[in-house]
Amino acid sequence: MLAPPTSADAALPEVLKESGQREVFCGLTSIVWLHRRMPDAFFLVVGSRTCAHLIQSAAGVMIFAEPRFGTAILGERDLAGLADANDELDRLVRELLERRPEIRTLFLVGSCPSEVIKLDLQRAAERLSAQLAGRVRVLNYSGSGIETTFTQGEDHALMAMLPLMPSSDEDQLLIVGTLADAVEDRFRLLFERMGVPRVRSLPPRRSTELPPVGPGTRLLLAQPFLSGTARALVHRGAQLIESPYPFGVEGSRLWMAAAAAAFGLAPAAVAAVLDPLETRGRRALEPHRRELEGRRLFLLPDSQMEIPLARFLARECGMELVEVGTPYLDRQLMAAEMALLPPGTRLSEGQDVERQLERVRAERPDLVVCGLGLANPLEAEGIATKWSIELVFSPIHGCDQAGDLAELFARPLHRRQRLSFV
Amino acid sequence: MELTLWTYEGPPHVGAMRIASSMEGVHYVLHAPQGDTYADLLFTMIERRNRRPPVTYTTFQARDLGGDTAELVKRTITQAVERFQPEALLVGESCTAELIQDQPGALAQGMDLGGVPIVSLELPAYSKKENWGAAESFYQLVRGLLKDQIPPPGSPKPSPQRWRQEGRRARVNLLGPSLLGFRCRDDVLEISRLLASHGIEVSVVAPLGARPADLMRLPAADANVCLYPEVAGTVCSWLERSFGMATVKTVPIGIGATTDFLREITELLGVDVPAAAEDKSRLPWYSRSVDSTYLTGKRVFIFADATHALAAARIASKELGFEVVGLGTYSREQAREVRAAAKELGLEALISDDYLAVEKAMAEAAPELVLGTQMERHSAKRLGIPCAVISSPLHVQDVPARYSPQMGWEGANVIFDSWVHPLMMGLEEHLIGMFRHDFEFVDGHRSHLGDGAPERSLTGNEPQPTLAMANAAAAPSPSEAQVGTVATIPAPEPAPSAAAWSGETLWSSDGEAELAKIPFFVRGKVKRNTETFARERQLAVISAETLYDAKAHFSR
Repeated sequence: MLAPPTSADAALPEVLKESGQREVFCGLTSIVWLHRRMPDAFFLVVGSRTCAHLIQSAAGVMIFAEPRFGTAILGERDLAGLADANDELDRLVRELLERRPEIRTLFLVGSCPSEVIKLDLQRAAERLSAQLAGRVRVLNYSGSGIETTFTQGEDHALMAMLPLMPSSDEDQLLIVGTLADAVEDRFRLLFERMGVPRVRSLPPRRSTELPPVGPGTRLLLAQPFLSGTARALVHRGAQLIESPYPFGVEGSRLWMAAAAAAFGLAPAAVAAVLDPLETRGRRALEPHRRELEGRRLFLLPDSQMEIPLARFLARECGMELVEVGTPYLDRQLMAAEMALLPPGTRLSEGQDVERQLERVRAERPDLVVCGLGLANPLEAEGIATKWSIELVFSPIHGCDQAGDLAELFARPLHRRQRLSFV
Repeated sequence: MELTLWTYEGPPHVGAMRIASSMEGVHYVLHAPQGDTYADLLFTMIERRNRRPPVTYTTFQARDLGGDTAELVKRTITQAVERFQPEALLVGESCTAELIQDQPGALAQGMDLGGVPIVSLELPAYSKKENWGAAESFYQLVRGLLKDQIPPPGSPKPSPQRWRQEGRRARVNLLGPSLLGFRCRDDVLEISRLLASHGIEVSVVAPLGARPADLMRLPAADANVCLYPEVAGTVCSWLERSFGMATVKTVPIGIGATTDFLREITELLGVDVPAAAEDKSRLPWYSRSVDSTYLTGKRVFIFADATHALAAARIASKELGFEVVGLGTYSREQAREVRAAAKELGLEALISDDYLAVEKAMAEAAPELVLGTQMERHSAKRLGIPCAVISSPLHVQDVPARYSPQMGWEGANVIFDSWVHPLMMGLEEHLIGMFRHDFEFVDGHRSHLGDGAPERSLTGNEPQPTLAMANAAAAPSPSEAQVGTVATIPAPEPAPSAAAWSGETLWSSDGEAELAKIPFFVRGKVKRNTETFARERQLAVISAETLYDAKAHFSR
């Protein structure tokens, strides 16, 4: 079980809780990065034309010959009879797998309409798994907007893989959360250098090569939005390493050091690996810090990465936090981060987009981190923005990426300085 | 249940959003779960709009479903009306809300909203799509605002020529232009200018830029111009039925269609018929000029919404001298017209919203140019075929900064440039033919073709010839003919006898050597034609002689 809330919670700022119109993606969006992580997996959304259109629009470009995700669009006939809908789904999966013989894991992804009509995708997955035994594993999870917000889709997808993870007492470091392959390789190398016995990842690069889990597993979250997965892994015996998340030099160092400490590694050996990284990372940050220092930042709720990013931008880049919004606040997984936020930081959970935009206009921040629907309208009002979706698609984790991460925020400001029409 | 990877059209409520976002003073309350707000980015990112679409979502969640979602709808409506003070309110639901049956439209009708006109939109999300949703929403909005003005049955139809008696200029409404439509912004300007040059005023443009009050003035015009039938078809026929307003149906894209459009509208309104159109656009002369000779018989594959597919087929076949080898649309509502146009061209129309089926048809038709949507642009890129985008669905690059209409005389200029530029220039093609033995033209030097044709399409793995191709093979393009006039080296090897044929046809070494001398950009076609020729004659081996025999055969 996770540790009970610490007394540090009491000192945390009051959180502004809002309910109203949310301007966020649903969990289906996470398919866009999950399918790239696991090239032998296919994500089949069982939903409506809206679902298909959402993923297509969120992916932004239509570049794939035949992407490894698709939508089984429910028609009126499927709504009329659920028995037929199950037959239809079986037929469609058969056809799909005939065309894509390289697929090893098929995710049936629930959507708002499939949840509302109570189409039992779990039973469908079991049925199809039995039919396709030995060839393709069929899993299911919900990415619906009525249950998940944006990055929570990954949390649900990982939870669906969990029952297939073998049990093992072996000592290992399990990094949980999708990382860019290059970033992951880098972390593995660093952990090896420090002397961590074995490093594994969830999700794995091949969907069939799931890591084991058990009492020897130390669980290190690479992403802050994996509440359900973390709890389920702890339930399987893993020990959660509590730490800030690996954004920025400070966060990445604390994150790696926490993992090293969990294995009782000699601090000197750890420092020998991390010290040069820190020096180099700070050097890379310096030019961006000059650009960002003293600038006022407003983060709208979107990816649940807002609090760690705010911590990085405040502490390492010198930005002033006007408001830090998050769609959902897991106080336990966020405890180490919140403890590092400047005192008095205004946190908001949930959203009432109109009221939040009123606060944005009243505060006139120098930079707003927001979704694609709001960016151009705010720019037109003279407020610089950074698209939050880029943060889930770009390699931003680790000391070596800290400079790039800062640059993502400095660029809109820098661009405004360059442009002149007089 | 239907498997979809990429879709041409969004759900019908996105069509409703297009109407609301195109207009001023209209607000749309949409009962929809969180996540559906993604649709905002279609307007703010693809159309680069500087304001949010006028849409308020209820963004209900699972925990709301246990409670009173109807109350959430009412609260959202009250707040939206208070905050945005719309001149007309659209109320509807997306696919998920349709299932929970809160009937937001009926709820709104029962509320006291200070007299704001309320239009309830019922758009069946599980059977209809975006364009239908746009047409239906536009129609419901117009009907809702005009229903009290409908003259009693049996009233005389207003004459489209009554402007003479009323001592004013003739005036028309331009109906259908909307956001996320293809080049609507510039088409409206071009057609307004065109009509002005013939003394015809534009009364109301809608939905793009119109307010609800403008829609109330629709019946004051002498006729409606149905610029985009996908969006305005339903409204135009309703205005015709209810107000006796005539509809101008010709869509003025291309020289011939613009001429027909002017003839139709001037005859209807009794305005002086315009003089010959030739000198109003550069397209006719550019198309006649010698450089364009190389365009003759270029094989084009067309797939778009119905309006743009039909226009493209006419321009391609008549005004540019292309050979249309494929024609289709994803607009099922207008499938009949596209089928008829395809039949006239000796083709069978492809009516599909499965982009993979379209890509397959494209590969089979072996075109030299693709005119399509963003989806076809990507398929064409994979197949190494140049492509021009002629229709929605859009990408941000299809909303250009410069003035670039598709309609009217300037539209024809824009079309000439944007369809011809992806192709190699005519003079260039002649020169490459003449100098093809020079080292600059060996394989791999393909700077003029952009991303270039993939090698595999030249050396094997060819799409099977289809009926359309076999027909077209009888009319070779000049580039093919020209290969023969320059290449003159016959091989000494005697042609193998037909008796040896085992169902397989192989290239002899001299045949391959001769094939290699043919410029890469026509080699695929020559190879295919020669193989077809050899198969038909059951030849086991294709020698250089066979290649020339085939060339002679196909050049008849």
